[in-house]
Amino acid sequence: MQTVDLQEMGLRGVNAALHAQSDDTNQTAWTIENAKGAHAIACGLDAPIEVTVKGSTGYYCAGMNQQATVNIHGSAGPGTGENIMSGKIVIEGDASQYLGATGHGGMIVVKGNASSRCGISMKGVNIVVQGNIGHMSAFMGQSGNLVVCGDAGDALGDSCYEARFFVRGSVKSLGADCVKKEMREEHLTLLQGLLDEAGIDADPKDFTRYGSARNLYNFDVDNAAAY
Amino acid sequence: MKTHDAKGIPHTSPRQSATFTQDINSDIRRAAATGIYDIRGGGAKRKVPSFDDLLFMGASISRYPLEGYREKCETNVTIGGLNASNPIELDIPVTIAGMSFGALSGPAKEALGRGASMAGTSTTTGDGGMTPEERGHSDKLVYQYLPSRYGMNPNDLRKADAIEIVVGQGAKPGGGGMLLGQKISDRVAHMRNLPKGIDQRSACRHPDWTGPDDLEIKILELREITGWKVPIYVKVAGARPYYDVTLAVKAGADAVVLDGMQGGTAATQDVFIEHVGQPTLAIIRPAVQALQDLGMHRKVQLILSGGIRSGADVAKAMALGADAVAIGTAALIALGDNDPKWEAEYNALGTTAGAYDDWHEGQDPAGITTQDSELMKRFDPIEGGRRLRNYLKVMTLEAQTIARACGKNHLHNLEPEDLVALTMEAAAMAKVPLCGTDWYPGKPGTGY
Amino acid sequence: MCGIVGLFLKDKSLEPELGNMLTSMLITMTDRGPDSAGIAIYGNETKGSSKMTVQSDAPELEFAGLESALSDALGGKVSMEVISTHAVLSIPAGSFEKARAALSEIRPNVRVMSRGDTLEIYKEVGLPKDVAEQFNVTSMTGTHGIGHTRMATESAITTMGAHPFNTGDDQCLVHNGSLSNHNSLRRKLRREGIHIETENDTEVGAAYLTWKMREGATLGEALESSLNDLDGFFTFLVGTKDGFGVVRDPIACKPAVMAETDQYVAFGSEYRALVNLPGIEEARVWEPEPATVYFWSHNVAPNSAEKAA
Repeated sequence: MQTVDLQEMGLRGVNAALHAQSDDTNQTAWTIENAKGAHAIACGLDAPIEVTVKGSTGYYCAGMNQQATVNIHGSAGPGTGENIMSGKIVIEGDASQYLGATGHGGMIVVKGNASSRCGISMKGVNIVVQGNIGHMSAFMGQSGNLVVCGDAGDALGDSCYEARFFVRGSVKSLGADCVKKEMREEHLTLLQGLLDEAGIDADPKDFTRYGSARNLYNFDVDNAAAY
Repeated sequence: MKTHDAKGIPHTSPRQSATFTQDINSDIRRAAATGIYDIRGGGAKRKVPSFDDLLFMGASISRYPLEGYREKCETNVTIGGLNASNPIELDIPVTIAGMSFGALSGPAKEALGRGASMAGTSTTTGDGGMTPEERGHSDKLVYQYLPSRYGMNPNDLRKADAIEIVVGQGAKPGGGGMLLGQKISDRVAHMRNLPKGIDQRSACRHPDWTGPDDLEIKILELREITGWKVPIYVKVAGARPYYDVTLAVKAGADAVVLDGMQGGTAATQDVFIEHVGQPTLAIIRPAVQALQDLGMHRKVQLILSGGIRSGADVAKAMALGADAVAIGTAALIALGDNDPKWEAEYNALGTTAGAYDDWHEGQDPAGITTQDSELMKRFDPIEGGRRLRNYLKVMTLEAQTIARACGKNHLHNLEPEDLVALTMEAAAMAKVPLCGTDWYPGKPGTGY
Repeated sequence: MCGIVGLFLKDKSLEPELGNMLTSMLITMTDRGPDSAGIAIYGNETKGSSKMTVQSDAPELEFAGLESALSDALGGKVSMEVISTHAVLSIPAGSFEKARAALSEIRPNVRVMSRGDTLEIYKEVGLPKDVAEQFNVTSMTGTHGIGHTRMATESAITTMGAHPFNTGDDQCLVHNGSLSNHNSLRRKLRREGIHIETENDTEVGAAYLTWKMREGATLGEALESSLNDLDGFFTFLVGTKDGFGVVRDPIACKPAVMAETDQYVAFGSEYRALVNLPGIEEARVWEPEPATVYFWSHNVAPNSAEKAA
């Protein structure tokens, strides 16, 4: 176990040490202490390591993550896990806006609530939120899955493409072209798998699926107001 | 046409309206038929004050010109030395602007890389990510970081020689993008994580930051991911250049790319292209003023784009304070776009060589702005690369010719005081005297 | 474009620490706003008199003899405490309009920063650290306070362009974002007789609230209607004699983090601003919802879910 103090080592020092890890590193477990809301902690990782950040983080923690597992023992700031490619991010507290924005792969788990624009423009990432999510979540979501065990805010899935949304609680409002969809067997299986991977105990049958009505895929003058 | 009525009274001759021109009427008919605005590429086509309205004075007795071919006139430029450990070193101050794979074919991107590399300059990716063709053939490749983040991945980010955060484009300040369904081929769809054949929309704002205070943090993240090695450019449209350049610099940019309204291979609404943004000539002085006020002129480089066509344009941009320029449309024409040899096919598309601007529709007879495999075969990337190299060399020679005539041993020693303006408009915008006077509109102390 | 901090104390024992805590929060937000900084502090109240904080670029010259000149003009007792370029004038209660008129006669270059029973505003061009030091903010005591660091977007970097903006007796406003209809709104408000000093968009936001309240709206109602009438992006933090309120535009892009414990309610543009507060690890931390007015007041039991009156 490698333990580093962010305040002592500085952001550059900590990130450089993490970036120096390769696929066959044997320094596979790292703890970052004294995060104190700093930005860009553990961003751009690309090695099969596990990093635990003690305290709350600022913007873009674990941004563009590949392979690594990043645990945040606190709340996470805006844009956490943006453009994640693979690996896993687990946030013990709440997540701020833009969680997992444009994420291409991997998984993000939030034990608390996620704020607005959760999964905005998601491109393949799986996001599982134990609490609620804020407004404009999954705006223009392209692919991947957003699972919400609590409630969703306004305009869920506005202008979405092929991303899927599973919500257990209420949805304040659906965005343009986002509709309620049938939960088929394949979706129950998929959802069970996502909940298992996230380590969250919930019954897939309690969730409702939402996704694109695909009415905005090719321009139609009668839909012009939705653009 | 009858000139008299049955009683022999003469008709007045038919008079076309200056307001409802044939062009305007055709726009109205098209809108009425389709219910959607016209989308096209090609940048602003209306006549705006431009570099053509400026002239260099040259040297004679009061100043001494340099001898061409013997006395050197340097053209190199370093971009991004402020924070990056590996700044970009270019032999010539003419770079290739960002144009997306998707808009352009793979071979066209390859040709841009080949031509630019032979000429000692950089190319730029575009919306849709980095292709192996482009990376492989570009010595210096700038990776665009766009609001859509299509094809965005950290592996490519780390392969880039510089990162350009695109906030705006001259063709559409404040607007997003649109790539129509017919151009979304399997490969484009895969790179953009989209279903094939749908209209693809690009956002107008970045998904995970808004404003200069957040941009500063975004720049920090990108530097951390790339180990502070490569320069970070910020590209803005020529909308509010003084403020936007100021804020880009305050947010930590190493270079600012400023794109005027004539710029734009990007497809967007015609109304946007023609009615939003400012001419390239008008935006450079406020941008340079911003850099000077911050004490950052020549430390943070200014790259000007939007309708740059010749060595004269390059020299004028540099005299007004730019460090380099970027070309898009001109590069496509050098590759062979809009060539009259395809006139019959342009006619079949309802247009003519020189006026073809529906690059987003993927039917380019020249095989450059298309994903159609048959059309793509018409374009040879090696030949295209050579043509671009030649054109870049000519632009450089032209700029050097002018600089030598003004007695400069480096292009960046050109100054606004080397210029005069042919028109009042150009004099006001460029803040250089009207020909034959020592005055320009708004000159301090002149009471105007 | 900026950084905002705010601190509302529930625990009276923290009051001597208010300036100290706010200063630390403010300095953390330097990256978000290195151009100018300001602080609004709600301190002690003296029966029968109100405060007017004023500023001068030539304090030695212009503050000299100001209290007696103003006493003569107002026909009542005026006392003055000079802190660097600012001075806090204690004037007879209810005499503010008269005092401002007199001031513009006798010291036309002295600018009014704030007015109210408990509010004092200090703001200058420069880094937050330097501005806080200039006014010795760390030593200030009070019940609640608001701070701001500014990265100017379109209007000039001047003292008067710095936040907070005073909007009426004991009211002030700070802003992160950019308003897009402030020019036409400024013209309208000026026609309505509202005094607007600068070309700054935030001052228009502040003046808008002043106007609404002049027309009879409560602060809560004024904030609610701002959601319709102000176009653009904003997170506002508004101070009053009794507490402070928060509102974000319906798009809510500009960041805002709140924290609440038994001892305080705190606001920061980023969580970083809050990390040194006592007990922050155990605090309830959340982000205010878009287009929702939040208010905390000393007059009623503090409750984060409560809407403004």
